[in-house]
Amino acid sequence: MSTLDDQAKESTDEAAVESTEAIQDNGTGGYIILFFILGFIASLLVGWIAFPMALYSKKEQPVAFNHALHMDEVENGCESCHFFRDDGSYSGVPKLEQCIECHEEVQGDNENEAHFVSEYVEKEREVPWLIYSKQPDCVFFSHAAHVLKAKMDCVTCHGPVGEMESLPVYEENRITGYSREVWGKNIAGLKKNSWDRMKMDDCADCHKESNNKVTSVQTEKDACFVCHK
Amino acid sequence: MSFLSFAVGGAAGTALTPMPLKLMDDSSIWTQMWPWIPVPQDGEVSYENSVCTLCPGHCGITVKKVENRVVKIEGMKGHPVNDGGICLLGLAGVQLLYGSRRVKTPLKKVNGKFVKISWDEAVTEVASTIETMREKGDAHKIGCLSGTNRGTVPELLKRLLWVCGSLNFFHMPSVQDSYEITLRMMQGGSAMAGFDLENSDHVISFGSGILDGWGSPVRMFRAHSLWREKGARFIQVESRLSNTAAKADKWVPVNPGTEGALALGIAAVIIDESLYKTDFVDNYSSGFDSWKRQVTNNYTPEIVSKITGVDKSLILLTARDFGRAKNPLALCGRGEGSIPGSIKDFKAVHALNALVGNINQQGGVWAIPEPDYINWPEPTLDEAASAGVSKGRIDGAGKGKYRLAQSLFNRLPEIVNSKASSPPDVLFVSGANPLYTIPDTVAMNEALNNVKIISFSSYMDETADKADLILPNHVFLERYEDVPASAGLNQPITGLSKPVVSPQFNTRHVGDVIIQVAKKLGGHIGDAFPWSDYKTCLEETLGDKWEALNQTGFVTEADFNPTNDMSGFKTDSGRFEFLENGSVAEVLFSSVKPEGDEASYPLTLVPFDSMRLTGGYIGNPPYLMKTVEDTVLKGNDVLVEVNPKTASKYKLADGEKAFLMTPKGKACVKIYHYEGIKPGLIGLARGLGHNVNDRFLAGKGVNVNQLMGSKEDTGSGLDAAWGIRAKLVKA
Repeated sequence: MSTLDDQAKESTDEAAVESTEAIQDNGTGGYIILFFILGFIASLLVGWIAFPMALYSKKEQPVAFNHALHMDEVENGCESCHFFRDDGSYSGVPKLEQCIECHEEVQGDNENEAHFVSEYVEKEREVPWLIYSKQPDCVFFSHAAHVLKAKMDCVTCHGPVGEMESLPVYEENRITGYSREVWGKNIAGLKKNSWDRMKMDDCADCHKESNNKVTSVQTEKDACFVCHK
Repeated sequence: MSFLSFAVGGAAGTALTPMPLKLMDDSSIWTQMWPWIPVPQDGEVSYENSVCTLCPGHCGITVKKVENRVVKIEGMKGHPVNDGGICLLGLAGVQLLYGSRRVKTPLKKVNGKFVKISWDEAVTEVASTIETMREKGDAHKIGCLSGTNRGTVPELLKRLLWVCGSLNFFHMPSVQDSYEITLRMMQGGSAMAGFDLENSDHVISFGSGILDGWGSPVRMFRAHSLWREKGARFIQVESRLSNTAAKADKWVPVNPGTEGALALGIAAVIIDESLYKTDFVDNYSSGFDSWKRQVTNNYTPEIVSKITGVDKSLILLTARDFGRAKNPLALCGRGEGSIPGSIKDFKAVHALNALVGNINQQGGVWAIPEPDYINWPEPTLDEAASAGVSKGRIDGAGKGKYRLAQSLFNRLPEIVNSKASSPPDVLFVSGANPLYTIPDTVAMNEALNNVKIISFSSYMDETADKADLILPNHVFLERYEDVPASAGLNQPITGLSKPVVSPQFNTRHVGDVIIQVAKKLGGHIGDAFPWSDYKTCLEETLGDKWEALNQTGFVTEADFNPTNDMSGFKTDSGRFEFLENGSVAEVLFSSVKPEGDEASYPLTLVPFDSMRLTGGYIGNPPYLMKTVEDTVLKGNDVLVEVNPKTASKYKLADGEKAFLMTPKGKACVKIYHYEGIKPGLIGLARGLGHNVNDRFLAGKGVNVNQLMGSKEDTGSGLDAAWGIRAKLVKA
């Protein structure tokens, strides 16, 4: 009897052990899933929220500038200040020399203008504007080909800058040094408007859409050296 | 386990964020932005006209700028010298503006090392040095060496010395000095030699590197092209198959140093066969009969053939072609013309020109009047200055046997060694680098050991490095300067070098420094410099020309045309003098023997010039250095040209290293077997072997001037050495 009893007891103990292990297995799997989910969520938060915040530093332009106000004053739209030179090259951001034509002295009681005149006009220092659309040095872009020949308007690439009453905060990519405007505000690279991004794909998309085959005379295709010189 | 699952979850989540793609994109852009990658300047393009002063050619240049940065130097279209063309050195001139060789601030040597000082301290130091010399009664021991003797800057330097009490203003010698002396002897008066190259139909060059830097190099290239187009003949007389000889219609290989004898031999044939212009000889020359007798007796084709090594038939053929040409022209001065040479050679060649009647004729040699726009009032001298001036020049120039020379800086080592006259105690150096460019640099270095050198060099060159004080001048793209005359041009011209960019460093115009030093010294010295600054001085001096010079960059005399004008001879006879003062005893040719004895040094070293190397005070800019052929410089090794026959005699294989030894020095070289050089000669390029703090220039090859000696010309006192005895020993 005792032997049978003993056997019965042993079998009961084994069942108990198996049952405990089963309980323990169920608990570990839960943790694995839990930590997986935690890691997953954390990385999503980092990737979508923390990363963009860490990647870009925010900088103020040296002078507060009101495009809308100036557009009302000038006669020739954007080209009044952002003009083509006689040799067809594009002047880009205006030099102090152009600003001085109107702002040699403070005209009103705007403190931004007073700051501009005292810091730059009187000291004959060029304003170190931060350029949102600045491309890497290996990129060659002809404004003349797009604006004068293809008759594109400024807004297509630059957006409605002329309507802005203040300059947006300049977000500088800490790795590349270029503006966030090039990659686009949307960190996923999605865009709604043609001016939301300024990457190579955006150039290519537009060229494809417009069936532009004049970039390379030889191949009638968009060749590398047309833009990368 | 939990960390692993967190990491896996994190990885999976990260894959669903834009982070990997974005980081990859940013990283690729980042790798294209290394700070050492040069980025072209962006901005407005503009062009400014100026004049290049890197050689005596003085080409007009159009400088292309992007914003305030010079990006390219182009030849100025419509300029009388170069009409849009430019040479390699001029193109690479941008690197002389931005290169690392520049002296960026005034420097003073203290305990053997340069320390930075302010401009006020520098000017005060110069003024007090002059003051001390004057107080000691040693004003005459202040000297100045300038790259040129023409223009307001050399005149300001000369004036400063003069009012302080010294006449010891020197300029770097060249074939222009030899031609001026030749014209003074044969035509009288003071004039520069101009050549109507473009209108000549037959040119013989007696060793002149027409395509190797002689005269105004770009003009010479253009003239050569023109000769090809219109079928003009071009003969090169030279001991080595240079680029010029290779491009000539005929190369006459001559024994080096005997070019003058060949000119006389050609003259003898022309006289013998009555091919000379009797109209000129009979009506406008003097001493022809005596000269003719000497030439026909002593320089027959047979005799000349023996002297020159040129076949008699070739002498006859060359002479007949030259004599029968409509507008023949003979040129003289070896290589690029940095060594003046023997006056007898120049006289022989000039007499040959006269013989064919091309003096002041279309396609011939013209006497170009010296620039005359600098007319400052004579300064008053105080007692110390008068005493100093009365002691005259230390080099003897302008007196006795050196009466025809204006400046003989090559005599300085001899003066120091012989103690015949007092060597300078203080030497200003402007636009010159004598410790590199003057043959026998070792002797020159020793001669300057006890001299306080005050350098105005823009670059840390060999002389600046030895200087006690450096007051760096702006470089040619940063400063105003009048540029009178262009070497060999057939018209008077004045150019204006203009600042096309603001000074890049803490440098100052040498003209401003001179005026400031004079004002610091005050009294009669300050009074002699009434201008507030150099620009004012220049503007007032140029007067009516200033406006035109600012607009176009140059002014010429449009109505200048001396053709058929035979009234300009200012000799005693009023005619062209074939012999000096009609002297029948004048020896027409004497070979300038190379220094060294033949037994110890069986070979002869002959320096040669090239458009790819500048042998002047400015060393090769990096881009120019990249163009040097690997038959001249391989790595840092210099190659010497040796005829295969000579190489075989001394068992020197092609590419083998050897020691090149001359009485003046020794250098390690590589052998280059070259059939274009006569047996017995060793060809070595001029312009290598700089010893300066510039990795693009220093340590490359050997400076031929450290192996060369100076040989005083009996007719002028200028250096006439064309070579030196040498030997090659296996390394």
